[in-house]
Amino acid sequence: MSHDVAILGVGMHQWGKWGKNFVEYGLKATQDALKDAGLEWRDIQLIAGAETVRNGYPGYVAGATFAEAMGWTGARISSSYAACASGAQAINDARAQILAGFCDVALVIGADTTPKGFLAPNAGERWNDPDWLRFRLMGCTNPTYFALAARRRMDVYGATEEDFAAVKVKNARHGMANPYARYHKEFTLQQVLESPMVADPLRLFEICATSDGAAAVILTSMEFAKSRNVDPVKVRAVATTTPTFPCTTLEMPNISTDSAVAVSEPTRPFKASIAHDAYEEAGLGPDDMSLAEVYDLSSALELDWYENLGLCAEGEAEKLLRDGDTRIGGRIPVNTSGGLASFGEAVPAQAVAQVCELTWQLRGDAGDRQVKGATAGITANIGLFGHGSSVICSK
Amino acid sequence: MSTTPTAPVIEDWFSHDPEPHLIGTRCKQCATYYFPKQTSFCRNPDCFSSDFDEVPLSRTGKVWSYTKHFYQPPEPFITDGEEFEPYTIVGVELEAEKMMVLGQLAADASFEDLKAGIEMELVIEKLYHRDGTDYMIWKWKPTAS
Ligand SMILES: [Zn+2]
Repeated sequence: MSHDVAILGVGMHQWGKWGKNFVEYGLKATQDALKDAGLEWRDIQLIAGAETVRNGYPGYVAGATFAEAMGWTGARISSSYAACASGAQAINDARAQILAGFCDVALVIGADTTPKGFLAPNAGERWNDPDWLRFRLMGCTNPTYFALAARRRMDVYGATEEDFAAVKVKNARHGMANPYARYHKEFTLQQVLESPMVADPLRLFEICATSDGAAAVILTSMEFAKSRNVDPVKVRAVATTTPTFPCTTLEMPNISTDSAVAVSEPTRPFKASIAHDAYEEAGLGPDDMSLAEVYDLSSALELDWYENLGLCAEGEAEKLLRDGDTRIGGRIPVNTSGGLASFGEAVPAQAVAQVCELTWQLRGDAGDRQVKGATAGITANIGLFGHGSSVICSK
Repeated sequence: MSTTPTAPVIEDWFSHDPEPHLIGTRCKQCATYYFPKQTSFCRNPDCFSSDFDEVPLSRTGKVWSYTKHFYQPPEPFITDGEEFEPYTIVGVELEAEKMMVLGQLAADASFEDLKAGIEMELVIEKLYHRDGTDYMIWKWKPTAS
């Protein structure tokens, strides 16, 4: 049985620091997606919101917030929170409700307004919250995790600081051709390597910023798309994979890994298992992919994803990068949108934005950043506390 | 000798006695180790135990990775003294427990000496000083060769 759903429309609000209410961004993205799909607001039967936890109650009930803002129509709503993977959870909820026959047309919407600087834990003393404790006990920040992974690559696989900088240079160049990216600035290797060291070996220009932004996707049943005479880009798989005990890879916000004394390590590490699940569900493999959108919270993390998505063998990510395989025009372009390096992270919108990029690429509508002849693509990210997500789309 | 009173940053997570070590728990049924301590329910999906022994963890292990921080983290991080000083975080793999535990690098150890795979030992050191008290935490230090 096919589990495909159609992507009828996509829309985004440019990423940036605009200082406006997150709802405004979301409305712009929604209106663009409706226009792109050729639908009216009243055609939407389900509003699946990805939550933001930094904008008070309206952010927690994102589905209802956008339903009210666009005008109540009695539609179904849902709101999903899974940190950075919230958007993928919302996409999966919309897909499941369509496949279950509860609705034919669903809007997935994620929007955020973020504070300046590194994301910090919520205020107050919370001695039972690992996300609070890691800061108090040792100053373990988000860049700590990115940097530990990066240094491990250097000591074990021979990655260099130049490799990490080269990822930023590549993604910045990709992002220059994307009108929705926050930054449109070309970087040289030297400029990146001269930026201040934040968490050795990672520098300021290699760690993603936080941004405002919004992305929307309109999903429909294949039958509905057919009734509109559209040959749509299809969602082929949505993995919302969690770790398998014992999780022996260090996951934010933990300060330790699970013990593998009683139960031996799972066959695949967490990140590899996310992509594996998506490929299985889609009936496709890494060789079928024309492009990938991955969560480059740091430039070095993008290299881990090459291996976890099966784009190359373990320890060979640096070679893939150095050979130019992952830039537009290469064998398997990664982060054609410009990635988080060009966007900065707008948490609930980011996983939705990844799917917008796949859609434009697979339609052949990606302009100067178009991957020629793209037929299928994969997205990947991880949200705090074990929320893996990966979406596969194809023509 | 300093007479500054000391207190742990967090109670019952580590001990000096007889040597510095972390305090974990071990499931009485499946023998999985936990740090921080698990006391209510075993997280092994095939184990339904809620009985744990409190156990000392290995006080030596091997470096998995490490990073030095040059910017002051947001609260609830507490800076020791007036000025922020860069600090290093190390992930150390404990062989017997088959797990990794993060901690800061000991004050007198050098970031430049670190390398994946080298042996480290656990020490108890000051994390920050506040209101006349030194608040103590576990840290990792290259084993004296
Ligand atoms: Zn157990």
